[in-house]
Amino acid sequence: MFESFETSAQLLIAPTGSGKTLSGFLPTLADLYLNPSEKLHTLYISPLKALASDIKRNLERPIDELKLDISVEDRTGDTKQSTKKKQRVTPPNILLTTPESLALLISYPEAPRIFSNLKRIIVDEIHSITESKRGDQLFLAISNLRKYCLDAKIIGLSATVSDPSLIAGWLAPESDCEIILSDPGLEPNVSILKTSEPPPWAGSGGLYSIPEVIEEIAKHKTTLIFHNTRAQAEIFFHNLWLENNKNLPIAIHHGSLDKEQRRQVEEAMVRGELRAVVCTGSLDLGIDWGSVDLVIQIGAPRQVKRLVQRIGRANHVHSRASKALLIPANRLEVLECFTALDAINENKLDSEIQTHVPLDVICQHLLLIACAGPFKPIDIFNEIRSIAKYKNLSRQEFDQCLDFCITGGYALKKYEQWHRLVQASDGFVKLRDPRVANRLRMNAGTIQDSDTLKVKYKAKQGKSKGSSIGEVEEAFAVSLTPGDTFLIGGKIVKFESLREMIVEVSPKPEKRPKIAVFSGTKFATSTLLCDRILKTLEDKRWDNLPDYLCRWLEQQESYSKLPEPNSLLIETFPRNNLHYTCVYGFAGRNAQQTLGLLLTKRMEELNLNPLGFVANDYTTLVWGLTKVLKPKKLLEGENILRGLDLWLSNNAVMKRTFRSVATVAGLIERNLPGLKKSGRQATFSSDILYDTLLRYDPNHLLLTATKNEAMQGLVDFGRIENMLEKTKNRIDHIDLKRVSPFSAPLLLEAGRIPIHGSAIELMLDTEINSLIADAGLDY
Amino acid sequence: MHSYNFNFIGEKLTALRTGSLFWEEMGILCVSDLHLGKTHRLNRIGAGALPPYENIDTLKRLQEDIHNTNPTCVICLGDSFDDPLAERSLSTNEIASLEVMQKGRDWIWISGNHDPYISCKYGNYLSSFSKSAITFRHIALRGENGEISGHYHPKISVKLSKATVVRACFIADQNKIIMPAYGTYTGGMSVRSDEIKELVDPDAIVMLTGKKIRAIPYSSFF
Repeated sequence: MFESFETSAQLLIAPTGSGKTLSGFLPTLADLYLNPSEKLHTLYISPLKALASDIKRNLERPIDELKLDISVEDRTGDTKQSTKKKQRVTPPNILLTTPESLALLISYPEAPRIFSNLKRIIVDEIHSITESKRGDQLFLAISNLRKYCLDAKIIGLSATVSDPSLIAGWLAPESDCEIILSDPGLEPNVSILKTSEPPPWAGSGGLYSIPEVIEEIAKHKTTLIFHNTRAQAEIFFHNLWLENNKNLPIAIHHGSLDKEQRRQVEEAMVRGELRAVVCTGSLDLGIDWGSVDLVIQIGAPRQVKRLVQRIGRANHVHSRASKALLIPANRLEVLECFTALDAINENKLDSEIQTHVPLDVICQHLLLIACAGPFKPIDIFNEIRSIAKYKNLSRQEFDQCLDFCITGGYALKKYEQWHRLVQASDGFVKLRDPRVANRLRMNAGTIQDSDTLKVKYKAKQGKSKGSSIGEVEEAFAVSLTPGDTFLIGGKIVKFESLREMIVEVSPKPEKRPKIAVFSGTKFATSTLLCDRILKTLEDKRWDNLPDYLCRWLEQQESYSKLPEPNSLLIETFPRNNLHYTCVYGFAGRNAQQTLGLLLTKRMEELNLNPLGFVANDYTTLVWGLTKVLKPKKLLEGENILRGLDLWLSNNAVMKRTFRSVATVAGLIERNLPGLKKSGRQATFSSDILYDTLLRYDPNHLLLTATKNEAMQGLVDFGRIENMLEKTKNRIDHIDLKRVSPFSAPLLLEAGRIPIHGSAIELMLDTEINSLIADAGLDY
Repeated sequence: MHSYNFNFIGEKLTALRTGSLFWEEMGILCVSDLHLGKTHRLNRIGAGALPPYENIDTLKRLQEDIHNTNPTCVICLGDSFDDPLAERSLSTNEIASLEVMQKGRDWIWISGNHDPYISCKYGNYLSSFSKSAITFRHIALRGENGEISGHYHPKISVKLSKATVVRACFIADQNKIIMPAYGTYTGGMSVRSDEIKELVDPDAIVMLTGKKIRAIPYSSFF
């Protein structure tokens, strides 16, 4: 159907739900029907485990019905070890996998044989994969395996994007990739759900809308309810059931749940037994569930693109329009939802972000291919540069990565006899001790934002093992004290203990969990949406907005001022003995967060005693002990840039980024089998490594990689620069007697970041004095 | 406050903010769990090449403490080296810096679970050492009086209204002192853990290391 024999690469762009995935397999089925084979013919990579198993189901049906002799298997993090081993010896005709699993597959010595007969590589939902480091991981793996199958054709399947040529560049050097655009289908029918109660001032759960959501579920055949984070999905699901008087069959699905639980939900969905599924991004992508007739998005969409893709989940029938409802979680988000609706109607999508070359992923790649066998650096260098994104990778950068893998890349060369990789006199690089291979593979398993720990029920007496419920982030797990209750998989459980990387819990039938957060990825609102919100405020196009929102905007306008596109609004006001400064940058959550760090850094320098800040997608609110009289001084270009380097080196965001970079590059092991046994005091925090490197080896590769990543991702410095550029130091400073209508919700916002400066030492003293006084002691 | 004086079975001891303990009357400076050569050991077992700067950093800090207190005797309270091979991995510079510190004063290595030997390149080992009524050993014995030990790497997290601060700490009751780990690459065990709770009395005090030293009653953490 979409076959063409002239190019070695194709990019097929079609809206979600148009059946593009299966069309990608038609040539495979036809070829295998005509030329039966025992070997791996087609490699399919999807960003989600769930998608791989869904495709497997959908492929097996026609294969069974036509009685074709074609084997289809998936290989993901959920696949059993024994199956994986068998697949390396006798791979199926069609292998469905994920970027992480493919990266591991090329680390085995069997790789040349596995891929030697490969004819087609299909990358599904490529627009989503290329947005993160997983894209780098995947295409580095592909660059490595292509030498075993030079005439294999690579096919990318993508949802609608604003610039297809960027994605095409991943598949083949320019002009070699054929881009096929399909008919976009009918305009979706999207609206904002009207609720009896207006959204709250702050918060992100959308719980206020539950009565109306239940009504909508009852009115439709099957509803998908998307949340932006797992925590929100959990809380919403829990509360949905508390009010689900009709006992509508509603399930939950997200990436932290146990695979068995996810599979059951997926199967029940296929059988049409569920009326609704509360879910997160784990169901974002191409899973084909024909009976879904309504999609509900809770919380602001952050990106128009992602919203459009989610909406496409409804009505996978090309001739009918998708139906979707948006539910803003708070009042700030109402504006964003309305703006997103406009953008959809005008067919405007956010532009693609081209990421930097992540050196940590190249390090991981080098370690993994060393596990497969000795390699010549120049071959790998050329392989990597064959991908358009890396064509400018310098030999020096590559050599630095290689040096890191071989020696650690330190200015001080030490302990050479124990390095993991060695370079022999013939130039080949190989493992010093082949037994290390498994350790490296275990560590390289996945690229993710944070480490996760398994959650299990504590074993009852007489039983050896408790059953598994799901996973939580490590940072969340360590914040728990025994007795704390939290939500997972829609159940409330009580934290018992943390034992050998397993969170042990017991069931706790309570109405309200004590703690209900486990952090998830937070996307920043796109530039497109931020700009459009500012434009809406400026143009006063408020006819469509609900009354309560218009009143709020009017109050802000009369008490203070509305933010404008070409100047920067800053408010200052006192509250409870603290002085607040509120900066309306509209630069997205990450950039606003960075702005908070930069501002507090400057305040520390100017002796303004900052205590902390909080940011959302539009605003940064900073507080401290001293009043800021001239906020303009905080933002002066060179000062803010000068502060950046210093500040960057010593803040929590950098340390968190370093942790992830160091794990991906293989410096820190995800699982330390030898170390865990020797007790808790043997493991130490990656912050110590970061501080040590900074002190003794500031030019180390991993510090460079950390800085690159932080500047773009969490720090998002580019958007601050753009904002400063756009407003050209036109600052509207408004000094207020009390909090303004716009800044008030920020006081309720979660995610406050404390500043560990002079003020915290003062507070630590105060806290300790009160502890001592409480204990009736006098030291 | 860079140091904190307290009475321990009739002797005046000083906890320094850096994590070392000074007994001025006897001229004894005590540090615990240096874990020198940890990077070397991790390298060897294939755990990857951590930044090889922990020895320099640990020794530099020790040198500062020695400079500030000018002790006649230094006691390293066990787990001074991560293991026998790690002990031999010290570079020329590191050895030189150690030798400078050892010069002109007594130096006592106490053996720990990581370095359970009778001697090393840099001097002899003792399983424990007593002075006056105080005994120095690596792992605390339950019910022992007048004992200073290490091993557990005690640390404490203090929740402030907008932040949580984690610090290595001393913990001391009427009969026992457990020292914080001094080495750069060392983690910690919460003083709230059962292991430490079983060893010390509820009326113990906890002394936090950091920019300055701070003492808090142990009971206030429960």
